[in-house]
Amino acid sequence: MKARVFVTLKNGVLDPQGKAIGHALNGLGFASVGEVRQGKVIDLELSETDTGKAKAALKDMCEKLLANTVIEKYEIELK
Amino acid sequence: MKSAVIVFPASNCDRDAATALEQMTGTKTLMVWHQDSDLPEVDLVVLPGGFSYGDYLRCGAMANQSKIMGAIKAHAGRGGAVLGICNGFQVLTESGLLPGALMRNAGLKFICKQVGLSVEETQSAFTRKYDKGQTISLPVAHGEGNYYADDATLDRLEGDGRVMFRYQDNPNGSARNIAGILNEKRNVLGLMPHPERVVDPLTGGTDGRGLFQSLIETLS
Repeated sequence: MKARVFVTLKNGVLDPQGKAIGHALNGLGFASVGEVRQGKVIDLELSETDTGKAKAALKDMCEKLLANTVIEKYEIELK
Repeated sequence: MKSAVIVFPASNCDRDAATALEQMTGTKTLMVWHQDSDLPEVDLVVLPGGFSYGDYLRCGAMANQSKIMGAIKAHAGRGGAVLGICNGFQVLTESGLLPGALMRNAGLKFICKQVGLSVEETQSAFTRKYDKGQTISLPVAHGEGNYYADDATLDRLEGDGRVMFRYQDNPNGSARNIAGILNEKRNVLGLMPHPERVVDPLTGGTDGRGLFQSLIETLS
């Protein structure tokens, strides 16, 4: 089973990299670009075949390592 | 005072910390490899500056998974003193020994310069030899020193007198100009500036001495 984890900064946490990307896009002429938030994508291959167990394990991985829940939130996608 | 410095892969201030400690205490500092599971009998454990594990994933995230962290948490739990400098501070927040997190500098640039700090609290094993409100000058060298915590946590830190150092001219966007904080039990300090680099006039100053003198007076 393949999984994709999205890790992004929580709403309200300042994202200076996102801001810089937004400014650069505005500078390139993309005037419609407003706020930009950036984050990480982590692709994982799992030997687990049970979807429920895989989701539970991924949640545990996010809480313990993949995300710092003080500043980040995460979303899990199974494929 | 007996001390140990933890060595992670890509720590780069470990020997500076040991040199400063040895100069200040006159005794040998023990270097402890991150894969060890036990700490020697020491009064102080230092998590040094650097780029442990190449800052992969997040600064300090990988170091927090290393074997020695269990022993460091146990040492802190027993009331043992722990000092995290720069990357060491990042490891301490990742481990939960200190609240909050250290994020990318607001200006996105790596900052390497001397900064003015106010010593906010002297009621601690780490700062008792300074004067309250004293201005000291320490070097910073970091890309992720922007301290973040939610407002409730920041209020609690301030209310408990656990903000130990503040930047006089905030270089990195840190919440409430915070440069260094203490844990609830007041035995774990994390700070972004480098006191170990300024204990000898030859290397640019002596304002870091007070921190080590405080520890020596408390722990010897």
